[in-house]
Amino acid sequence: MSSPCSRHLPVVEPMFLTRNPIELEALLSEVQDPTRGGIASFLGTVRDHHGGRGVVRLEYSAYGPMAEAECARIVTEAKSRWDCGVALRHRIGTLEVGEAAVAVVAAASHREAAFAACRYVIEEVKRRVPIWKQEFFADGTVEWVGSEGSGSPLRGEAR
Amino acid sequence: MAEIVLTTVTVRVLLFASYAELLGCDALELQLESPATVADAIERLRSQPRGNRLPPKLLCALNLAQVGPGARLTSGDELALLPPLAGG
Repeated sequence: MSSPCSRHLPVVEPMFLTRNPIELEALLSEVQDPTRGGIASFLGTVRDHHGGRGVVRLEYSAYGPMAEAECARIVTEAKSRWDCGVALRHRIGTLEVGEAAVAVVAAASHREAAFAACRYVIEEVKRRVPIWKQEFFADGTVEWVGSEGSGSPLRGEAR
Repeated sequence: MAEIVLTTVTVRVLLFASYAELLGCDALELQLESPATVADAIERLRSQPRGNRLPPKLLCALNLAQVGPGARLTSGDELALLPPLAGG
């Protein structure tokens, strides 16, 4: 959608959302530091099935400014709680099976903090960030994930 | 003699994902009688074609922060209706 703009809202440079493929190496280099000996990473990739049906691709969309703000809050929380470095990206747009949709890298002095921070960030992203995905199934149907009853039947009706 | 002045509140409503598909647009402007709340805006949306198919409980954000139905609207506000989140 066109970028929502209203006079109350700050213009936010995208930091966490990207339309380009996610490069894990780039995220690693953001958090690597001689003081940090433990680095944990998580990649969420597009799976080829859901509920026993074949999936061919996913389409992600977001409420950009709010998603950026929420990602920033989550990263800040993790950094202060575990004294670590955190890099986070979420992909928007069309993703084929196997492509990375989300990546988290957490670097801390030791592995316990790195694992904990990494886990916290991915769980909070899934819980709090306004991002949506549409599943394109191998049988040709399309459904919004999480919105029961408002997927393909509606789409069929509109056409 | 008392004069009744009707003032209105104009807000921009953003719709995403399944809600945008349901109502057939991703943004619209609503003019509501002042004072207006998030619940008033939602009630107006429900009266739009197919708006009655919006779920009973809606997750809303006002100027990028989550709010409840009682939140007061001011002209220029950006109200977003958020379908169930599905990131990751």
